[in-house]
Amino acid sequence: MIGAAAAALLSHWRRHPGQLATLVAGLALATALWTGVQAINAEARASYDRAASALEQSDLPLLVPREGDSLPLSDYVALRRAGWKVAPVIEGRLRLKDGSARLVGLDPLTAPAVPGSGTGGDPGRALLDFISPPGEIRGHPDTLAGLPAAVEGRRVATEALSPGTLVADIGTAARLLGLEGRLTRLLILEDPAQDLPPLGEVAPDLREAPPQPENDIRGLTGSFHLNLTAFGMLSFAVGLFIAHGAVGLAFEQRRGTIRTLRALGTPLSAVAALLAAEALALALAAGALGVGLGYVLASLLLPDVAATLRGLYGAPVPGSVAVRAAWWAAGLGMALLGAALASAQSFWQLRRLSVLAAMQPRAWAMAQGRGQRLMALAGLAGLAAVPAILLWGQGLAAGFAALAGLLLGAAFLLPLSLSAGLRAAERAARSALGEWVWADARQQVPGLSLALMALLLALAANIGVSTMVASFRATFEGWLDRRLAAELYLSFDSPAQAAAVLPGIDASAVLPVTRTEADLGGAPGLVYAMADDPTYRRNWPLIEAGPQVWDRLAAGGGVLVNEQWAIRAGLSPGDTVQIDGAAREVLGVYADYGNPRGQAILGLEAFRALHPEIGETRFALRLSGDPAAEAARLVAEDGLRPDQVTDRAALKAESRAVFERTFAATDALNVLTLAVAGFAIFTSLLTLQSLRLPQVAPLWALGLTRRRLALLDLARAGLLAAGTALLALPVGLALAWLLLAVVNVAAFGWRLPMQIFPADWLRLGLAALVAALLAAALPALRLARVSPARLLRVFADAR
Amino acid sequence: MPARITRRHALALMAAAATPARGQGFAGLGQDADGFALPQPDPVFRFPRDHGPHPRFRIEWWYVTANLATASGGNRGIQWTLFRSALAPEDRPGWASPQIWFAHAAMTRPDAHLVAERRARGGIGQAGVTAEPFDAWIDGWQMAGHPGADALGRLSLQARGEGWSYDLELAADGPLVFHGDGGYSVKHERGQASYYYSQPGYRVTGRLVWPEGAEEVTGQAWLDREWSSQPLDADQSGWDWFSLHLDGGDKLMVYRLRDSGDGFTPGTWIRADGRSESIPDGEIALEPLDWTRIGDRRLPTSWRIRIPSRGLVLETGPVNPRAWMATGIAYWEGPVRVTGSRSGMGYLEMTGYD
Amino acid sequence: MLLEATDIARRFPGEAGPVTVLDGVSLSLAQGETLALTGESGSGKSTLLTLLAGLDRPDRGEIRLKGTAFGPLKEPELAAIRRGRIGLVFQQFNLVPSLSVAQNIALQARLAGRHDRDWCAALAERLGLSAHLAKYPETLSGGQQQRVAVARTLAARPEVILADEPTGNLDEATGDAVLAEMLALVAETGAGLVMVTHSGRLAGKLSRRLHLARGRLA
Repeated sequence: MIGAAAAALLSHWRRHPGQLATLVAGLALATALWTGVQAINAEARASYDRAASALEQSDLPLLVPREGDSLPLSDYVALRRAGWKVAPVIEGRLRLKDGSARLVGLDPLTAPAVPGSGTGGDPGRALLDFISPPGEIRGHPDTLAGLPAAVEGRRVATEALSPGTLVADIGTAARLLGLEGRLTRLLILEDPAQDLPPLGEVAPDLREAPPQPENDIRGLTGSFHLNLTAFGMLSFAVGLFIAHGAVGLAFEQRRGTIRTLRALGTPLSAVAALLAAEALALALAAGALGVGLGYVLASLLLPDVAATLRGLYGAPVPGSVAVRAAWWAAGLGMALLGAALASAQSFWQLRRLSVLAAMQPRAWAMAQGRGQRLMALAGLAGLAAVPAILLWGQGLAAGFAALAGLLLGAAFLLPLSLSAGLRAAERAARSALGEWVWADARQQVPGLSLALMALLLALAANIGVSTMVASFRATFEGWLDRRLAAELYLSFDSPAQAAAVLPGIDASAVLPVTRTEADLGGAPGLVYAMADDPTYRRNWPLIEAGPQVWDRLAAGGGVLVNEQWAIRAGLSPGDTVQIDGAAREVLGVYADYGNPRGQAILGLEAFRALHPEIGETRFALRLSGDPAAEAARLVAEDGLRPDQVTDRAALKAESRAVFERTFAATDALNVLTLAVAGFAIFTSLLTLQSLRLPQVAPLWALGLTRRRLALLDLARAGLLAAGTALLALPVGLALAWLLLAVVNVAAFGWRLPMQIFPADWLRLGLAALVAALLAAALPALRLARVSPARLLRVFADAR
Repeated sequence: MPARITRRHALALMAAAATPARGQGFAGLGQDADGFALPQPDPVFRFPRDHGPHPRFRIEWWYVTANLATASGGNRGIQWTLFRSALAPEDRPGWASPQIWFAHAAMTRPDAHLVAERRARGGIGQAGVTAEPFDAWIDGWQMAGHPGADALGRLSLQARGEGWSYDLELAADGPLVFHGDGGYSVKHERGQASYYYSQPGYRVTGRLVWPEGAEEVTGQAWLDREWSSQPLDADQSGWDWFSLHLDGGDKLMVYRLRDSGDGFTPGTWIRADGRSESIPDGEIALEPLDWTRIGDRRLPTSWRIRIPSRGLVLETGPVNPRAWMATGIAYWEGPVRVTGSRSGMGYLEMTGYD
Repeated sequence: MLLEATDIARRFPGEAGPVTVLDGVSLSLAQGETLALTGESGSGKSTLLTLLAGLDRPDRGEIRLKGTAFGPLKEPELAAIRRGRIGLVFQQFNLVPSLSVAQNIALQARLAGRHDRDWCAALAERLGLSAHLAKYPETLSGGQQQRVAVARTLAARPEVILADEPTGNLDEATGDAVLAEMLALVAETGAGLVMVTHSGRLAGKLSRRLHLARGRLA
């Protein structure tokens, strides 16, 4: 019995392979986008774990020089001989063919662990290989590939290291970084015993520092990944609409077969089991395909995402994707969930299917029409929830909940809105044909609604995200110009070096850029010193300022705080903040798009008085001459290393590149989502076509040519897409506002002014139209070529 | 003291010795295939220079064990060992130095055995040995000669572990003792050998600081100096080594290199007046009497030593049978009591039992 | 008695309270007997057929097939009876559009687990379908489609055949031809037949006739 019933049910797919392809493709695309995003997230997460475990330094307290960037090796030896258990580290940037890598030199005899050291093999041999000149340079294969041939050292590829980090013996690193006789920092491996001589006696030029905060990548990048995940979900929702449509249609078309099987004595449970098994098999097949596609997608997107995470957060992520069980499972799980969701409605209908009820081909569409009102109600509820969420919710989660409410609410309202619009147009129509076209379009809305909802989501996401990115870009450019006002930026090894070199530079202003880690109202952050100079008075990007902000800053006492901190703590000028336990008045708030952490600025003199131990080694220089020439001169004549001198143009270019990469993945996902929506329309039209013949046939009989009818169909698809695009505009703008004013504030701590770009909308609207017309083209062509005999049969069957 | 590490252990410990001793055929030329110097018969030592390091040899150590007693007569023991291991037969300043230093320290009493380990690179000053004035150090551990005294005549010895430390003064009573053939100590019929001499007769005073508190101690100590470039022969799996201070002032150094057969069992008899005689392989019989299980190892911690030619039948028992050195290279080393035809105190070291 | 219905009542919810569609209907069908159920639209004849097929359950009364009462049976057991012992022929033919003619003919026999290739071939031959076995239903005429439905029913060798306006979608000549072929085959297999029709002319071709009016037998 089961075999015969299964054969009867499955024969549908053999007769309608296109429908099967649609179903599989929809589910596979949805799974692919979701899996791709998951794969990227998993890769990044694994990479952070690797970074944390690889160097095992993140939780060890440090000894660092009070001044400059390095300490003498003799300090290390003195501490060791005094009984302090410390391990030396040399760290610096090593130029790669493209960009640079962080090179960490460790002493394998004292370091807690050296990444990439296998547990097997001969430890003596491994040590010998690691330290014997020219020494090993260990790194991720991606990083090693970028290492110039001139860099001496045996390359050892290891997956234990994240891209962008190289590890070598401390001697090798000292040689490569030109730091012979120097160290960057010491790790305190064990708290010194009480009877040991104190630090001040053994190495007075060093100070203890907390574990490096930059290793706390997870929190910073969390918001970025949440962003990606949200996009993945959105894509999956779009794909789900396709799958739902395809499953619904397949069920609808097999309604007769199912009824017959039931009448012929196949129990309901058997039919349900067969359909469930079919859905499971389809989900697994489509899921596997989707996971494969997702892998490809992730491979294409990951380099950009990796660059973003590296640039924005300093988080090391490799540029290639490893196959991980986690996202395989996530992908297949979502495919199954998707198939289940898409089939749920069908199963519900199956239960209520009357075996002998008259077969009505349009019953399904009618049922959908009844659903319109319900859906619109749900949509209204979703939209109504948005202000409530914003009012009472908090943080990023609330931001995304509001996004979900907005998008789903708008999508659910779409069918009824379109129907209402078309009904109004129908009433206004003058000719009978016009009336029919509007009415016919309205009748198509239920069948196309899922695809149109997918299109709405894709368009809204496109408008929203591109508005957000463009607003951000415009703001960011202006901010960069103001923030990087000085022509040249110098970083010296020591105040002594600075004192020796600076007098020889013909600069109109020499502005120290000094900073220190500080406790900002209970959270770690940075405090900068700012000299009183027209450069800052004129350019510094203040968002809010109290009276005489610059004079009062120079006088000491008050501080400027960055927007992130101001928003987090609800600060405005006149408020008081605690910095390292001391109360300071907030004089102004400035924009800061460099990092998500809190920051404050003290007047230079006040900073110097507070931190006399911090030597000034970084400077911003105002030059009247050519900065590039001056930079070259400093390297050639004053013996500065190239990495100690940065001119503004280079800094800006780098910042801009980081920015662009940040949103490259977002853009790509945007385009993909739109493509998926276009595909949804295409498949919906294609599968609805057979149902349309009864509606078209009478008009054909009344004397309209098939060609004319096909053109009308094309026009109708364009009409529906245009209507959807029109409705997507306000949704997209609301989305942009949510992203800029809620999600960005929660994720990064900055609020950006929203700017609108109507030209972009026009372009997008045209894209939607073209997508819809392309999608409708094949079905229309088929209609134009449908045989008169098939149209005639409509009348025969209808008898 | 013999090449006290099994071949396998030596490989790991010495790092450089990872390169198998494929240079045997070059022994006559005085260096192996990697360019390391090889010990030659009929050595002529020059002091104080030879108390210092010999970077052209692969492996070298400064090894002190001391049998101590508290005022109330409680048995104590300490160990202080500095190893030098060369990756290449040369030295260079800074991180580029191929000389690697390791050190082990231990402090033992009947109910406790505390162990610490240090590792350091040569070339940067974190560890090293100078012959004149004599100074051997790694991190805060130190064995320093006293100005004016004979190079190894008086020493200050310090080491510390987590929560414990010792600080001892050593004063030599007698002359240096040269093992084997005038300090050329053969380890195998096939010719592996080392340079090996000792100062077996130090009087010791000082302080041990236990986690529970400090105590004053006195006693006697034994210093070994040995260097070589050759690991043990492939068929030698480890050794059992004794340095014994017998009542009346005589001392005995005996070891057995274990192999598939009877082993290789040479020794040195040192009279109270400082004169010494080598005891050739075959005259000494070593026999385990009792075993101790430590982890999944079984170690012979009590022994009978018979030297019929000298009418000696000695039995040794551990002060603390669990004197396990859980260092990078693990072995057993601790103080022992001597009974039998003579009584006394001493140190036992056993390697290759895991 | 082959098929027996006793005091059947069936009500459906309506806008103004329950509507009684059948009210105390009893009938019986003997082996080899053919029974016509006639009546106006809405007289309850299709509802009665549904109940006889075990597709729906009466609010009152009992239906027995060779003594087996439907009342206590669960849905899968009723389905098993429908599969193996009852044949249904519909006005709408109810063929599976994605199966070929041959597959459609074999469908119920396969479901019942008693597919007989030769018998199917013989039925196709008798009903003039041999040339169309590889075709799909949509390419056949209405008369041919109903012949396929008849063949599908008979292929499973049911004890009772229940037909609902089997010729309602066919022109008169075709309808008569299909009915004649069906009656001949029913007689050959010895099955009982209950046929719903509104046509007195067609009812006259069967051995017995019952008329339903407003849910009661007249």
